[in-house]
Amino acid sequence: MSDANGTNGANGSSNGVNPEKDLSASNLPGQRGQGGEEIRVQRGMFGADNGGDTSGYGGLVRSVRLPGPANRPYGGWFDEVADELEGALEEQGLLPENVVEKTVVDRGELTFHIEREHLLRVAQTLRDDPALRFELCTGVSGVHYLHDKGRELHAIYHLRSITHNRLIRLEVSAPDSDPHIPSLVSVYPTNDWHERETYDFFGIVFDGHPALTRIMMPDDWQGHPQRKDYPLGGIPIEYKGAQIPAPDQRRSYS
Amino acid sequence: MSSTQSAAAAASARETTEGTVYTVTGGDWDEVVESATRADDERIVVNMGPQHPSTHGVLRLILEIDGETVTEARCGIGYLHTGIEKNLEYRTWTQGTTFVTRMDYLTSFFNETAYCLAVEKLLGIEDDITERAKIIRVLLMELNRMSSHLVCIATGGMELGATTIMIYGFRDREMILDIYELITGLRMNHAYIRPGGLAQDLPPGAVDQIREFVKKMKKNLPEYDKLATGNPIFKARMQDIGYLDLAGCMALGATGPILRSTGLPHDLRKAQPYCDYETYDFDVPTADSCDSYGRFLIRLEEMRQSLRIVEQCLDRLQPGPVMVADKKIAWPAQLALGPDGLGNSLDHIKKIMGTSMEALIHHFKLVTEGFRVPPGQVYAAVESPKGELGVHAVSDGGTRPFRVHFRDPSFTNLQAMAAMCEGGQVADVIVAVASIDPVMGGVDR
Repeated sequence: MSDANGTNGANGSSNGVNPEKDLSASNLPGQRGQGGEEIRVQRGMFGADNGGDTSGYGGLVRSVRLPGPANRPYGGWFDEVADELEGALEEQGLLPENVVEKTVVDRGELTFHIEREHLLRVAQTLRDDPALRFELCTGVSGVHYLHDKGRELHAIYHLRSITHNRLIRLEVSAPDSDPHIPSLVSVYPTNDWHERETYDFFGIVFDGHPALTRIMMPDDWQGHPQRKDYPLGGIPIEYKGAQIPAPDQRRSYS
Repeated sequence: MSSTQSAAAAASARETTEGTVYTVTGGDWDEVVESATRADDERIVVNMGPQHPSTHGVLRLILEIDGETVTEARCGIGYLHTGIEKNLEYRTWTQGTTFVTRMDYLTSFFNETAYCLAVEKLLGIEDDITERAKIIRVLLMELNRMSSHLVCIATGGMELGATTIMIYGFRDREMILDIYELITGLRMNHAYIRPGGLAQDLPPGAVDQIREFVKKMKKNLPEYDKLATGNPIFKARMQDIGYLDLAGCMALGATGPILRSTGLPHDLRKAQPYCDYETYDFDVPTADSCDSYGRFLIRLEEMRQSLRIVEQCLDRLQPGPVMVADKKIAWPAQLALGPDGLGNSLDHIKKIMGTSMEALIHHFKLVTEGFRVPPGQVYAAVESPKGELGVHAVSDGGTRPFRVHFRDPSFTNLQAMAAMCEGGQVADVIVAVASIDPVMGGVDR
């Protein structure tokens, strides 16, 4: 985080604000702690980011941080699953630290961040290893972190083990410039439609999918609507004499 | 086909003052008939839907048939896509309930609860939800399970030509919708369950009306048994139709009655309890026939179990708050219907306008700006009447969701349509799809 603030410091100090100093002060309200992984540095307020902000909030600097990697022990059955997964990967001649980028434990949920080239192998192991046995995949959900350069697109899988009554999450990222993630249809056929949906909305190309076509939007649609750089659209409407702007043109507070 | 013909079949364009106008020509019926007679096999591709009364809304089935046998079946979906997930990213967390309730419109309370459980998990306030709010959530969800199953059984029966069971189903569902109307003001799309609790407490008379309903429903439920369960025509149409075994369910991610009809008693209410389901006394019915008939029996039995849970809820209800005490999350007003027909709280207005400037500012900020949710992601799942309804919610620390994804059971289960229908008769496609019970509002979102 110090890097991000260091490089941005000159910019902020033109307002008489020194973000590095202010962010590290402990008496500020809304301090979110230093842990976690920074995905974005947000400036100002009300979504006014193209200059001309007269609100007086232009100097606000907010670091958006997602929960970061956890250290052992993870607690409960989390360690057991992590041990079994690492053991199974080693048996296959893979170094766990090359496969599992990081492990996050947050809000009682376990997340493995997987390097995309190993995703298929990991899913196969999680499904077939008797000690793991995650037989049910609840599909894939895409997330577009527009400001997290180099890892904008995330595909997130929730795997449920009915045998052991457990739920884990796999997270895979890909850059916008190379939006390819291996398809899991060969391991979990249920992901067929889910991957088509995520391709349709985020433009993530699932390599190895039997027929990756649009599923919700019309076949000739341009663009991928749930990406953060795709506008919501809409028209201003009149209500009781006032013009109400379209939802994506209204003032935002975050 | 010759090159001149294919050129004639393409759309030609001309420029007008209105812009480019495309004219689609060619493909006359004469040519279609001619090419069909030239074909040397009986292979016909039939589009069933999207506007077909027995395909549950705007589901399009593309069937390749050989005589009466379906050789290949595919689904076309997306006709009811309304971009709810994208819209959620432009509203506050509280406003989200108004959108999610419209996804699978037959299971509104499940959508709302799953969404609110996810938001509460992100906020870390699961333990602060009041007892009464949790009981009312369970109460409404179980009533909702019955009303959803009733629609499934009613429309499923009608598609077989059994209009009596359709009348019965909608008759009983009407009683449940009347209860919804009394409690939330609306028959559908309630937005009653909110992050932190409920929008309002139960109105006077609600408990009595639900007790009355339970009494009537106990009398009415055996009628479905008498009418359908032992009916030889009903059984002949449903048994061994829409077959999907346990391995198929696991591979295709099918949950709910489809999974339980293979004999596996997997129910999230038992496996991963939420809203204190572990304290209620109920059974998870299963069948081992893997077919439409088994799913019908399971739905019938689940309605009986839901009645049991509803009765337990009514016995447990104690007066108390229905919203978390945290003033940074709960909206301050206890609304009452004002003379203008809008919800108002005169006491609250008197307080913020007359005596407390800070309370006025707080109210304004909470309603227009919303509350902030700490960054992170969660997955919350509930057992909806159709299966596992999962919500993946991501926050970036702002007052709006960064991303909300609904894993709707109808969407996932509908993938099993091909596996259930291929190799069967055309008429059985209807029965198999009815036993999946897809609702396109949930499939397309």
